Amino acid sequence: MDEKLELIKASAAWAQYLGPALAMGLGAIGPGIGIGILVGKALEAIGRNPEAAGKIQTLMILGIAFTEAIAIYALVIALLVKFV
Amino acid sequence: MNISLVAEQLGSIFGFPITNSLIVAWCAMAVLVVFSLAATRNMQMVPTGVQNIFESVVDGLLGVFENVFGNRKTAEQFFPLVATIFFFVLFVNWAEVLPGVGSIGIREVHEGKQLLVPLLRSTSADLNFTLALAIISVLMVQIVGVGSIGFVKYIGKFLNFSSPLNFFVGLLELVSEVAKLISFSFRLFGNIFAGEVLLTVMYVLVPYFVPLPFLAMELFVGLIQAFVFALLTVVFTKMAMTEH
Repeated sequence: MDEKLELIKASAAWAQYLGPALAMGLGAIGPGIGIGILVGKALEAIGRNPEAAGKIQTLMILGIAFTEAIAIYALVIALLVKFV
Repeated sequence: MNISLVAEQLGSIFGFPITNSLIVAWCAMAVLVVFSLAATRNMQMVPTGVQNIFESVVDGLLGVFENVFGNRKTAEQFFPLVATIFFFVLFVNWAEVLPGVGSIGIREVHEGKQLLVPLLRSTSADLNFTLALAIISVLMVQIVGVGSIGFVKYIGKFLNFSSPLNFFVGLLELVSEVAKLISFSFRLFGNIFAGEVLLTVMYVLVPYFVPLPFLAMELFVGLIQAFVFALLTVVFTKMAMTEH
């Protein structure tokens, strides 16, 4: 099994660099768009109702944490592939 | 440049492994104890100095939790555990920015390659710590749910036999409870470990002045991640206490 892995690594050494890069890059598209939409809506809401800014801000931080976690999952996979 | 996903073991006490992240955890504990003693010594009705700082932070946190729970008494009930999570995670997150963390270490030879084993490493960059905190949070949410609305009603949220659709939704809720474990631990681990890797790479590339904005960003990220961990615990507790 190890010799096969060595053979693969020798013939396609570029793949082990491409893997983590693609994982993180593609994995950041979704959360990036998501956080953009979220913050945009939050700013709109604050603009319409400046008194509720504190509540809206807290909920916005919560939403950002959820969507950013998806990007962090992609990051962990990229790190796993690169270093383990 | 040495980047290790796993916290390196520095030694052992009676067979119990001591990792560099454990040392930072002990330091954070010592700092927290010293601050608490300084804040509660000679407590006065009109606070000054350290007591004032702590009272304002505690009051701010209680206000946020009160917003989620709806009444102050429930917020005060859960405040000890959640605020401890917040302060401890905050201090270990900020430890990754300190000079010497990740850079001062021992040169060792592993499998023919020379590596630098750091003496200090942020505790939340260790998946064991974040997973342990996640287990504590999720377990507390389950216990609070069972304790406040009763075992039968709480299980009824997940095993709902009233209609096939509700049964499926209940199963999804069960899966989502397990997903909370993974999401809690990986969110904190990923953020802080990525921050450490980023800072290491920056120090290797340009050691002077350029890492400053990244250090500022890591301070901000550490604060946000600690706050989000505590806030999510509070939100899930509130959701577990409400009937469907």
